[in-house]
Amino acid sequence: MENLLKIATIIDKINERIGRLTYWFVLLMIMIGVWNVIGRYLGRWLQMKLTSNAFLELQSYLFALVFLLGAAYALKYNEHVRVDVFYKDWNRKQKALVNMVGTLLFLIPFSLVIIYYSWNPVLNSWLRGEISPNADGLPIYPIKSFLIIGFILLILQGISEAIKNWAIFTDRLPESGGNE
Amino acid sequence: MYDLLGIFMFAGALFLLSLGYPVAFSLGGVAILFSLIGLSLGVFNINLLGAIPLRIFEIMGVKQPSILLAIPYFIFLGSMLQKTGIAENLLETMGILFGRIRGGLALAVVIVGALLAASTGVVAATVVAMGLISLPIMLRYGYDKELATGVIVASGTLGQIIPPSVVLVVLANQLNIEFKVSVGDLFIGSLIPGLMMASAFAVHVFLVALLKPDAAPALPAEVREIGKKALFKRVLSVMIPPLLLIFLVLGSIFFGIATPTEAGAVGSLGAIIIAAANNKLNWTALKSVCDATLRISTMVMFILIGSTAFSLVFRGVGGDRLMVDLLSNVPGGQTGFLIVNMLTIFILGFFIDFFEIAFIIIPIFAPVAKQLALDPIWYGVIIGANLQTSFLTPPFGFALFYLRGVAPPEIKTEDIYRGAIPFILLQIFILVILISFPGIVSFLPSLSQ
Repeated sequence: MENLLKIATIIDKINERIGRLTYWFVLLMIMIGVWNVIGRYLGRWLQMKLTSNAFLELQSYLFALVFLLGAAYALKYNEHVRVDVFYKDWNRKQKALVNMVGTLLFLIPFSLVIIYYSWNPVLNSWLRGEISPNADGLPIYPIKSFLIIGFILLILQGISEAIKNWAIFTDRLPESGGNE
Repeated sequence: MYDLLGIFMFAGALFLLSLGYPVAFSLGGVAILFSLIGLSLGVFNINLLGAIPLRIFEIMGVKQPSILLAIPYFIFLGSMLQKTGIAENLLETMGILFGRIRGGLALAVVIVGALLAASTGVVAATVVAMGLISLPIMLRYGYDKELATGVIVASGTLGQIIPPSVVLVVLANQLNIEFKVSVGDLFIGSLIPGLMMASAFAVHVFLVALLKPDAAPALPAEVREIGKKALFKRVLSVMIPPLLLIFLVLGSIFFGIATPTEAGAVGSLGAIIIAAANNKLNWTALKSVCDATLRISTMVMFILIGSTAFSLVFRGVGGDRLMVDLLSNVPGGQTGFLIVNMLTIFILGFFIDFFEIAFIIIPIFAPVAKQLALDPIWYGVIIGANLQTSFLTPPFGFALFYLRGVAPPEIKTEDIYRGAIPFILLQIFILVILISFPGIVSFLPSLSQ
């Protein structure tokens, strides 16, 4: 159990780092989004091409990175919304049990299915060197890969949460030890 | 017999959701579970699961930027105004402005709540913020507990219907699978209904203040007499800028100058500038707003991903055909369908959050609505208005829970329940008007075309 909890701590640290890095992409999104608007109007007025599809696509991809890389971080902080009609009245152990079972039966299998079925499309994209069909479009294969990376991080965080929940359920994790 | 698998899947999802595991992954897990059941019964083609990543690529905006890109910007804008205390100052200043009339503070809550709700579109955020900011002030100045809590939860839910809201963006995205509805159409269509609701709340507050003066007293003189000059300065610095920002964002979408994404991006920059002008911008604030934006938008996007998987499998096992058969055979044609549709959403609204309803229910009802040739904009707006009501209905109204979470202990849960009732009746009244007179919704969109 000690070793398992150590693994959980390591996973938590990794996703914490990634989350703290990723939320700055929000600021970057705003800057690029504003530039796309300014570029469109100023460019039309100056008869110059100030912005391009590359920037529009970059804006989309940054948001994709935000929620794909942020998913594990949000799970760690219990941000994924629940239907808490009954949940809110349960005690700490009961909640831990629901979370552990949910992680093992829902979250991890679902993530595995997504990874399994995205493997071929992503691999093909790399092999073809797939590039966006829009003029000045960006390469597509890197962003597609992040679907797999995001769900791997999510599975890892799921494992960490399941370990912590098991520890709570078996009275091996004191009240202050969790993230809730 | 296997035709009924769709019903089991739906019931199974509701049951498993009620256990309280996060919605996004419960929906995804139920999808996998029922694809296996369908496979073993020989009624589901397992290769259909391969469509899930392809749909996620679309959600990610690969090749084609998605309208969902507007979501993080609106969340950023709202969080910025809330976390830097600008929303709070806005409320206080309005309270002073309206303070000399009875019920003035409550009127300020309606107006600020509507604006805050409009800018975030997230009921939880608005109700919690308004609860923290305005409930203590109203109680301090002797407001009736029921009126104070009722006005907060009701104004907080206005975000469902007043544009620009995340909710309408998601609704348009879901309706778009069947219809051609743009986010702009829904924004414009819901403007008058949203203002009608806000006005109805304001009139109610005014009447209560008139009939029961003790329930909503005026602010004491020493609080509101801060001098004309000081008041003028406050209005100029903390009231005008956020109001102007919200109107600019709304206006640019309304007049087609900017897409919701563009307006959201520029609006976010505007929120940063307002915070800076008020000396509220620092590294910590910026960090926590970015953090909140990441968490909330991730939560929303993952419900979308989970529900995408759910509805794909739901269709794969024939659930959509079953629903269409059941619902299109409801007697009474359009009226019958609308009654069933509205009741279903209203009742589900007691138990589950808006996003789940939009993602689970809309894909089921929308094909039937299309078959019956309903006006998609009007249909979208009345769904929004309906959902708003269900947020307030005890015992499971989500807005009530959110306020309970931040209200002081002297407020009893029953106070909140009783306080919400007049506002629920007002909302149902408006909803019935909207359903009876579709012109109220379709008037503005018809102008912009």
